[in-house]
Amino acid sequence: MHRFANPTRFLRLANALLPWLGVAAVGLLGYGLWLGLLNSPADYQQGETVRIMYVHVPAAWVALAGYSTLALASAAFLVWKHPLADLAARAASPVGAGFTAIALVTGALWGQPMWGTWWVWDARLTSVLVLFFLYLGHMALTNAFDDPERGGKAGAVLALVGVVNLPIIKFSVDWWNTLHQPASVLRMGGSTIDPAMLTPLFVMAGGYFAVFAVALLLRIRALYAERRLRQLRLSLPDA
Amino acid sequence: MSEFFAMGGYAVFVWPSYAVAFGVMAGLVAWAWISARRGEAEVERLRAAGLDTRRRSADAVRENPA
Repeated sequence: MHRFANPTRFLRLANALLPWLGVAAVGLLGYGLWLGLLNSPADYQQGETVRIMYVHVPAAWVALAGYSTLALASAAFLVWKHPLADLAARAASPVGAGFTAIALVTGALWGQPMWGTWWVWDARLTSVLVLFFLYLGHMALTNAFDDPERGGKAGAVLALVGVVNLPIIKFSVDWWNTLHQPASVLRMGGSTIDPAMLTPLFVMAGGYFAVFAVALLLRIRALYAERRLRQLRLSLPDA
Repeated sequence: MSEFFAMGGYAVFVWPSYAVAFGVMAGLVAWAWISARRGEAEVERLRAAGLDTRRRSADAVRENPA
């Protein structure tokens, strides 16, 4: 792990991975689109709206995984004070917020025809909205200090406190009566979804995770360049 | 074909879902890509300027020892 804590080595690894992740993203999303839109059945109850699942559920998974990334990077930053962990945390929050937004909007577009409402303040929807605001809060807090070190620390503490929201999201559908359906893919006793729908779902999820990784690594590169610019400007009196 | 686009009457829900999902993902990657490229180009520019500055001040010291 510590071998990749060196920024130069990390960036070399990131740049080696990026083209492959890009190809994986385009390939999996393309295949996922074909499977999801053309080569999978309509649901016997939900009809064609079941196809919204293929863009909604992976977004929610990445939104949660993105927050885990943010929390792990924050913990690493607080423990080892490594600047690269700070950059990873700062890179994760806007990308995670983007995927959470996808989950919320596509959820509303699925809720309206199937539940008869765009939004309901039930436990699952509300806890995911809280996740969205945690991401936004992290972005605002890390940038609220002139000293990036202090901003990074404050953001890391917020990110770690917010971890309590992750099990709430996951188990909200079991702990409370929600309009949102309970877990049907990642559940004890196996999935309750037909393979004809599970395959496009997993293919699309693979594509989503590749997009997440691409955006995350590119943003770490951008933030690293920003950090270098700051140092260069401080060392150059007339630049 | 038109049956496909109609999505069993749910076109107004299905197609915007796909548009939002792919639009946001494309936006995220484009923003990340542009910000990385722009930042790295600026670092290169400053580094080149920085080396020049350092050489210039070294020359100045050599020509004008205090």
